[in-house]
Amino acid sequence: MVDELLFFMEVLVGGLLAGTMYSLVALGFVLIFKASATFNFSQGAMVFFSVLAFVGFMQDFNIPFVLAFILAALLMVVVGLCTERFVLRPLMNASEDTVLMATIGLGYVLEGLAQAAWGVEVRRLDLGIGDFPVPWIADNLKLFISALDITAGVVAAIMIIGLFLLFKYTKIGLGLRAVADDAGAASSIGIPLKHIMLLVWSAAGVVALVAGCMWGARAGVQFALVDLALKALPVLIIGGFSSIPGAIIGGLIIGAVEKVLEVYIGPFFGGAIEGWAPYVLAIFFLLYRPEGLFGEKIIRRV
Amino acid sequence: MKPVFMTYTKKDLINLAVCMVLSVLVIPTFITTEYWYTSILIPWLCLALATIGQQIVMGYTGQLALGAAGFMAAGAFAMFNLILRVPDLGFVGSLIVSGLIAAAFGILFGLPSLKVRGIYLMVATLASQFFIIWMIDKFGWFKNYDSSGIITAQDIVILGKPFTTPLAMYFVCLAVTTVLTLLAMNMARGSTGRNWMAVRDMDIAAESMGVSLLRTKVQAFAISAFYCGVAGALFAFCYLKSLEPVAFDIKLSFKILFMCILGGLGTINGAFIGAAFILLFPVLLNAIGNNVFHGAIDATIISSIEQVIFGGLMIIFMIYEPLGMAKLWENIKQKWKTKIPSSTNLKSSLSKKT
Repeated sequence: MVDELLFFMEVLVGGLLAGTMYSLVALGFVLIFKASATFNFSQGAMVFFSVLAFVGFMQDFNIPFVLAFILAALLMVVVGLCTERFVLRPLMNASEDTVLMATIGLGYVLEGLAQAAWGVEVRRLDLGIGDFPVPWIADNLKLFISALDITAGVVAAIMIIGLFLLFKYTKIGLGLRAVADDAGAASSIGIPLKHIMLLVWSAAGVVALVAGCMWGARAGVQFALVDLALKALPVLIIGGFSSIPGAIIGGLIIGAVEKVLEVYIGPFFGGAIEGWAPYVLAIFFLLYRPEGLFGEKIIRRV
Repeated sequence: MKPVFMTYTKKDLINLAVCMVLSVLVIPTFITTEYWYTSILIPWLCLALATIGQQIVMGYTGQLALGAAGFMAAGAFAMFNLILRVPDLGFVGSLIVSGLIAAAFGILFGLPSLKVRGIYLMVATLASQFFIIWMIDKFGWFKNYDSSGIITAQDIVILGKPFTTPLAMYFVCLAVTTVLTLLAMNMARGSTGRNWMAVRDMDIAAESMGVSLLRTKVQAFAISAFYCGVAGALFAFCYLKSLEPVAFDIKLSFKILFMCILGGLGTINGAFIGAAFILLFPVLLNAIGNNVFHGAIDATIISSIEQVIFGGLMIIFMIYEPLGMAKLWENIKQKWKTKIPSSTNLKSSLSKKT
């Protein structure tokens, strides 16, 4: 009985921590959605692009870890700059769906560029943090929890607090919220739209880089990251598109539910239900609470 | 223009005749290499059919869906099982029933469209994509307990005659595509299509004018999935000649989405243009890579470049012509037409004054 409970706890905690990895990806989506009410479908591609660039800098040019990270972050700022100038600005007055489709195109461009520049083979990323159970926790609490999972959890927590403070208490954050609410009104009172967009896309790029590092350390830097990032979509639906805490809670829910279902119900169906369980969960949320747990209520004017 | 036959104008009938002559007489007489049939014409027809399915739900009804490949898989595996288990049904019967099975999935996963739209709906339809593929993969019954993962598709036999040569398969695809395309065109221009478009343009206004949202949306999803299912069955039986769930992954769904958007949302001919472009462009790029650079560029780099170009085109079209290549073609025709009369008018008005 105790063993079963411990096993359940282990599955649950493992799921929750794995969920923070989804949260990290979802965070990038939320940032852009909050500031520009556009849904950036290319966030997954940005994760892939940024971390492949990071690993590429390290392995192909022998640039040290920290410098490579900074270079990759700068590259993401450049990507943000180009996106603002060549994609978002011309689409300023286009409908939401049009912008969404353009970001799907942007995702394709980023994936293609990354593979053209750094090749298609799977690369290893060593962060110096092992993906194995922490001995201390294993000995004292009898739970096997990966060090990488804990790191991801801590990093996610730091980023969330940072972004939360940024949005809530700084002038930039106020500007971001104003732009999200009504871009036209915001620009008429002198909030520089261009700078805000650039800032947000760069921030989303850096968030993508961090998320990519975590995923890359676990699964290798490869194209499958883009598909993994798709799982951030159900996370967003559960948490709400415009809520930073929502992205975290959504990620935790998805991570925990998918692991628990996989372990306890999966064997009856031949396993691998992780692939679709989050989406089906998202559908149920859509039916009962379309705005998500923390999202603002969707009001459409006629 | 005055309708000549039923509601069709003379122009419509001429277009149909030209297309039919081209596809039935000209192509089979002038194209004799198998490569063209097996690698270009057959997949083009199949994917164009699937793109019409995507058009119906996305272009006409305005519902952002991203699960075409899932419905294609449902159709393909339904076809396999029907031929295997209910041989009396025949090829055409199986094709129709597998379309209907796909349509049932379409209804099931289209239901969320009643409550949500845009990206939310996209996620709901992604569920169908992953769920259907997983289901086929995990339950051995669908694959007739074949452990190899790839099943060979049965030969196509219609009324006792085998259709196994590339040319024969091309005709099978052509016949099915022609019938379904004409049907789609009729639906689009009839009351069904008008309801779809009313829902697309403003669902609340449509509802207040008596268009049932439930009926219209579910109908669009069902018909769309039917088209995708039939297309998937043809895709597996005529093009791949094998059945494997991996062939219908999310990448194919994206491909069909691209065909639909680049071709031109809300047009049937856009489906054909888009499918042709997405299929032929990589062929062209490879040809350039092999002939101009003599294979100096790696094949993976070429496929990456192709991806960049598709994505870039998507952005460019969204910015400059959200209605895609079909509209571009329309614009060119329009310009050509207005040029001639306007210049003659100008001349005549000038000559009158002097």
